[in-house]
Amino acid sequence: MATEKSDDSTEYLSGGDMLIRALQDSGVEYIFGYPGGSALHIYDAIFRQQKVEHILVRHEQAATHMADAYARATGKPGVVLVTSGPGATNAITGIATAHMDSIPMIVISGQVPSALIGTDAFQETDMVGISRPVVKHSFLIKHCSELPSVIRKAFHIATTGRPGPVVIDVPKDTTDPEVMAPYEFPKSVTMRSYNPAVRGNGRQIRKAVEIMLHAKRPIIYSGGGVIQGDGAEALTKVAHALKCPVTNTLMGLGGFPGHDDQFVGMLGMHGTYEANMAMHHADAILAVGARFDDRVTNNPATFCPDASIIHIDVDPASISKIIRADVPIVGQVANVLHEFNDTLQAELGKRPDALDAEANQTWWQQIADWRKAHGLDHAMKPEPGKPILPQMAVQALYKATAGNAFVTSDVGQHQMFAAQYYKFAKPRRWINSGGLGTMGFGLPAAMGVQFAHPNATVVCVTGEGSFMMNMQELSTCLQYGLPIKIVNLNNQALGMVKQWQDMQYGGRHSHSTYSDSLPDFKTLVEAFGHVGFKVQKAEDLQPALAEAFSPALKNRTVFVDIWVDPDEHVYPMAIKGGSMRDMYLTKITTSQQGDYI
Amino acid sequence: MRHIIAVLLENEAGALSRVVGLFAQRSYNIESLTVAPTEDETLSRLTLTTMGDDNVIEQIIKHLNKIVEVVKVIDLSESAHVERELLLIKVRAEGEARAEIKRTCDIFRGQIVDVSATNYTLQLSGTSDKLDAFIRAIGKTTILEAVRSGVSGISRGDKVLTA
Ligand SMILES: Cc1ncc(C[n+]2csc(CCOP(=O)(O)OP(=O)(O)O)c2C)c(N)n1
Ligand SMILES: [Mg+2]
Repeated sequence: MATEKSDDSTEYLSGGDMLIRALQDSGVEYIFGYPGGSALHIYDAIFRQQKVEHILVRHEQAATHMADAYARATGKPGVVLVTSGPGATNAITGIATAHMDSIPMIVISGQVPSALIGTDAFQETDMVGISRPVVKHSFLIKHCSELPSVIRKAFHIATTGRPGPVVIDVPKDTTDPEVMAPYEFPKSVTMRSYNPAVRGNGRQIRKAVEIMLHAKRPIIYSGGGVIQGDGAEALTKVAHALKCPVTNTLMGLGGFPGHDDQFVGMLGMHGTYEANMAMHHADAILAVGARFDDRVTNNPATFCPDASIIHIDVDPASISKIIRADVPIVGQVANVLHEFNDTLQAELGKRPDALDAEANQTWWQQIADWRKAHGLDHAMKPEPGKPILPQMAVQALYKATAGNAFVTSDVGQHQMFAAQYYKFAKPRRWINSGGLGTMGFGLPAAMGVQFAHPNATVVCVTGEGSFMMNMQELSTCLQYGLPIKIVNLNNQALGMVKQWQDMQYGGRHSHSTYSDSLPDFKTLVEAFGHVGFKVQKAEDLQPALAEAFSPALKNRTVFVDIWVDPDEHVYPMAIKGGSMRDMYLTKITTSQQGDYI
Repeated sequence: MRHIIAVLLENEAGALSRVVGLFAQRSYNIESLTVAPTEDETLSRLTLTTMGDDNVIEQIIKHLNKIVEVVKVIDLSESAHVERELLLIKVRAEGEARAEIKRTCDIFRGQIVDVSATNYTLQLSGTSDKLDAFIRAIGKTTILEAVRSGVSGISRGDKVLTA
């Protein structure tokens, strides 16, 4: 069945074998998947080889998040295999999640045999159609001989330009073990219709350097593009040369070291006071690999009124979409930043006083004043007898992991607390669903990261609501011995929904609480064969985390259920319809009181 | 403002649905759409007319360019171009109206392509405005059925759109 050699030594393989061989030839380590009728020829091909390891999940959505997080942690595309119909539709949420955050991913879906397509056959869904709005591109295989070249193209498309998920829909007859075709893996790809920009325009880059040098209140605003585009190192050089503040989006954390003096924290909806104020008052903004998301800009009409805007992005469609850029620069972020840095260093070499030291000092003084007035408190201490604040739990986690963990998260208050209080020193360490905001992402994401980095400390900071959306994967953790650590900020509520209801709906908690019906998570994870802790007292927080991360539990999946103050809100919080300086600072105070100081 | 956008795309199954899907997904409007293979059968050429301010048109063009199967995009309305639309229209043509319809058709340089005892089928081509004007001109007549092809267009002069 497997291999036949013809006279000219061309290898003849079946579609199923070709598919797996092409994945091997693409350097794939793992396939995250779940079998079913239309994918069985492919599964048989997996069985008869050793090079690619298949990871059996418990739900296809989880497979997509694992592959997605594997890609986020490594920069290499993640690979998913599902069957037709429900397998394919279950994968959609994860594909959309990867699409919104521009993550390279290959999703191979089984499909009913070509002859049955369009007949409402058992487990038939139009996967190419249903996924179309949430993929970068998709292919429907017509004949097994196309498989090697399509797979080669799919990896090329997924990983170049603005990365994204690519679906390959594979009708069962094209993987038939009885039908063989010559196997040849293309060495390179050329597509006349697909040639993403690589280098930025030199004139525009020089213009941008001038603007940043002349600015009195410059700021760098960097996003997920700096992480995915491997631009963190160059960005850090540029920032240090310009001596200006740097803020990161939720997706961009780790693009600049979180502990650096020039870092002013995350910006946007739950950004720090100083980051949002600095953006609002800036006279020049260097936006890199960020897309002016509505969760960042608040009302675009009143966004940063005094700023000249430089926008570097690999995707021309992201530029001037929401906010018009004064200097648009299309190109790969890392390339553009290196060229920006070279130009900047040359300029500073020629004119050592090009940067206005006095303006710089005034600007930093202003930022220090903002930080002092309403900055985050990074030195909260648990006090016996008092409730555990979620911020404290994240700070304790930061200490317990020496700031060195890969942290995945879900969606809600816990996610924002993790983003605000865990300082990421390096890119690809903070992994969350920023664009789609997919609850249920965190656990499978942590698993995908652990597969990518078997010896790293991997933590999922979750909320009980999000955790319950994919907790079946605890079984997968046991099967593969994944030593991930799950830190559950348990507020017994859909906390973020409840917070909005507090702020905007007069405290009417419509369907955001369920405290009477939550499982005992410690017992639950023990039933799955793992280690559980339940932390209800402030004084137990640090000891429990210390034990969870101790060498004794190094090889175990550990769940730490931390009961946090259910009434806590995330602040700052942008005031709807305002500009970036308009924030709630507490439940009852806003930045507008006291003239924004 | 109305724009005529010409797109060269790979002549592959599914390519057209990506273009149409884009307009639906981002709620851009399509006033008309025509598509057919070109002399190079690996390529289709699509002409669409849409309305929008400069920002919207800029986004439409950028997003069209992002579709992997799209080879080239131009906004024909940015420079001198020729645009044509075809109209086939079946009208009631009885009694006095019969001659009147023929005269109006001649004025618009249309042709009668089919005749029955009670009606005419006319063919006209021209800009969309001209077709609109013709339909207004025969307004009193009963229109039984009308079909318009949608706009196709091409640049004037030496400018060409090729892969
Ligand atoms: C799949 C999905 N459904 C609904 C939402 C809307 N949503 C955003 S945050 C949130 C509450 C999350 O609760 P939990 O995971 O407990 O986190 P908390 O906010 O309490 O920390 C909800 C329902 C979402 N983001 N994703
Ligand atoms: Mg909760």
